[in-house]
Amino acid sequence: MLAKTDCSLPTPKLSAILDKYKKSPGSLLEILREAQAINGYLSREILQLIAEEVGVPESKVYGVATFYSLFKTAPTGRYIIRICESAPCHIRGAQDVLAAIEKTLAIKPGETTPDGKFTLEFTSCLGLCGVAPAMMINDQVFGNLTGDRVREIINSF
Amino acid sequence: MKSLADLEKIREEARRMTELREEKEQTKVIIGMGTCGIAAGARETMKAILEEINKRNLTGVTLTPTGCLGLCEQEPIVEVDIPGQPRIIYGKVTPEKARQIVAKHIVNNNIIGEWVIGRK
Amino acid sequence: MAIYRSHVLVCGGTPCLLKGARTIRDLFQQEIDRYQMTDEIRVVETGCLGPCDEGPVVIIYPEGVMYSRLQPADVPKIVENHLYKGRVVEELIYKEGKAGREQSGPPGVTLEGEKYLDRQKRVVLRNCGRINPDSIEEYIANHGYKALGKALTELRPEEVVQMVIDSKLQGRGGAGFPTGLKWSFTAKTQADRKYIVCNADEGEPGTFKDRLIMEGDPHSIIEGMAIAGYAVGAEEGIIYIRGEYQLSIERMARAIRQANQYGLLGKDIFGSGFNFQIQIRSGAGAYICGEETALLESLEGNRGEPRVKPPYPGVAGLWGKPTVVNNVETLANIAPIILNGPAWFRSIGTESCPGTKVFTMLGDINNQGLIEVPMGITLREIVYEIGGGIPGGKGFKMAQTGGTSGGCLPMEYLDLPMDYDTLAKAGSALGSGAMLIIDDTHCIVDVLKNFMRFFCHESCGKCTPCREGNPRLYEILTALSAGTATQAQIQLMKDLARTMQLTALCGLGQSAPNSLMTCLRFYADEIAEHLNGECPTGVCKSLATKSEAV
Repeated sequence: MLAKTDCSLPTPKLSAILDKYKKSPGSLLEILREAQAINGYLSREILQLIAEEVGVPESKVYGVATFYSLFKTAPTGRYIIRICESAPCHIRGAQDVLAAIEKTLAIKPGETTPDGKFTLEFTSCLGLCGVAPAMMINDQVFGNLTGDRVREIINSF
Repeated sequence: MKSLADLEKIREEARRMTELREEKEQTKVIIGMGTCGIAAGARETMKAILEEINKRNLTGVTLTPTGCLGLCEQEPIVEVDIPGQPRIIYGKVTPEKARQIVAKHIVNNNIIGEWVIGRK
Repeated sequence: MAIYRSHVLVCGGTPCLLKGARTIRDLFQQEIDRYQMTDEIRVVETGCLGPCDEGPVVIIYPEGVMYSRLQPADVPKIVENHLYKGRVVEELIYKEGKAGREQSGPPGVTLEGEKYLDRQKRVVLRNCGRINPDSIEEYIANHGYKALGKALTELRPEEVVQMVIDSKLQGRGGAGFPTGLKWSFTAKTQADRKYIVCNADEGEPGTFKDRLIMEGDPHSIIEGMAIAGYAVGAEEGIIYIRGEYQLSIERMARAIRQANQYGLLGKDIFGSGFNFQIQIRSGAGAYICGEETALLESLEGNRGEPRVKPPYPGVAGLWGKPTVVNNVETLANIAPIILNGPAWFRSIGTESCPGTKVFTMLGDINNQGLIEVPMGITLREIVYEIGGGIPGGKGFKMAQTGGTSGGCLPMEYLDLPMDYDTLAKAGSALGSGAMLIIDDTHCIVDVLKNFMRFFCHESCGKCTPCREGNPRLYEILTALSAGTATQAQIQLMKDLARTMQLTALCGLGQSAPNSLMTCLRFYADEIAEHLNGECPTGVCKSLATKSEAV
């Protein structure tokens, strides 16, 4: 089982990343970010490999990976919907937008659709308060959301 | 960059370039392309303006992106600057409105009063 | 089928025909033939084009220019100028309505956008929305990098520090610490390496001023950082931008490349022997990294947990070296101060807090967005004059100033001047300048729950008061909204909040209960009603609204 997973490890890509940052101390976040881009998440095996190569305990790498909300240690959907639920969006009706997403996709925050397309999660303020309520889908930003608009956006993916 | 005089030279050149641009009586269309603007749909608006400019073979019209003006409620914001006239700022410019701004304001010089949010 | 470069569409609607459209059409064809453009331009009679009062009407494509009230004598003019020479005949263009160009709003009425712009004083946002942020030339054309040149060629480092001290500029990230003083600590400390870190990990809910500056005027930050580097003796700068701000990262990266190409970064800038480099690092989604020591931890590749202070970063910061950590807005103030002098800066704003402040206006307000105004403006001016008031004719309930870690102010404080000192005295904070306006349909307990849930999520967990305090406060608020809380729990909230303010390790934990404390003071009645099983606004669904309860 473990052997099989090992074979699927993207070692050449990962070594390229590790090489790039070899001479810059303090680059663990950069390494994790780029490593995550390979598979969309940081598997236990990848974290182990990074720890070994960087020369720090695995516990530290795991600690960093789980501290920051943009790092994922389990697979996610192809599109991550991050809906802002900070105060300014809350005041402008983020709950209704959330309800519309939950209904459209039939998932709750923290869950992924069965087809593996969307993951829904909360985010802290995205700084898009001028066009609240707001959300991001992967790197794209969307503002002035309403129940209808959010359904339209999701269907366009 | 070796001295303040070097900088001044670049500044003069940059200013001349802008003035040259203005001398040619270029109509400037400026669109707010900060994240707020993009989240409110500025990319689609910009595309519509570009399409309209190309479709009509308009020359002497430039489209420039700029940062956010701060009036997020009114995004996407489009500013039309026709030489010799006050600059007109339009708010909540959907692609459809953008096409009309090109047709009515830029081509026919009719300001669309109800969408104007400011003049400079 | 022939391809024509232009089409002349002559209106063939009845009103136009009655006004002689056919003659106009024939004249067009005649003139076009005369200029030998018959193969290039097609004249077509169409159905009604719309503005019948203005007939005869002609539209020329592809441009779409519409001419109206055409007389036969006008046709040769149009053909010669527009179709032959490519110049639109301005005076014949159709004007909408009788008033034509005066249509842009009724005379004498100021438009929302103008009210918004007129009240502002733009120092930090001097170029935002005006220049193309991707063009260093446009920045330079607007006096960009002149302050850096002046500092490097005419001023000694200690003179630069003194100018910033004299300006009384305070850090714009939230705490309001005097910037010049901060620089002087680092300048005085001897070390083989020093750093300038720009804190662009903007995460305070309701705040996006830094993003706007980075997206709209990235070079102003580079210039501020380079001046800071020269002043304190640092050759390395780092901008830490939150990971969600993709566009900011792109624009800053492009700006840094351009500055390097022009020799405004790199070695021997302005022939002064001063070297300065800037790199961008980005966060990965953690509010706490906006706290300066947590940010430094993150830059070193660790969990973003705050350090115990002292030592302060100015003396021992990144990798233990003296480090200036400044907010984006603070740095954007530097070049204008160097160019115009400290006295000019002090002439803006209030005496103890000079300069301008960028405020974000959010929530229940007509003009959501961002403004830059002199310090000392009142909340009333922001909400009712610049912000356009509260939508739907609803009443003002409260304003949360300084973001979620700030405090809440009721109606009675609408005329309070906004600056660091005054707001701190009122129990609130100016913080990052976020102004969240909340109307009277919202329930205090419900919004407090939202604030506390934020802190539960964002507490880094390093110190107990914050890690445990926030969830306990959230639990009690949840009980209040469910009608199961007791009087004793209100007292417990007060005790917990006080303990957190006094004992939490960093600014996050210390300020997390600020909003709660101010609301317990100003909205005690509404909170007490929840104890009695009533939610006056009807937001807390499991409780009765007041009218039902009575």
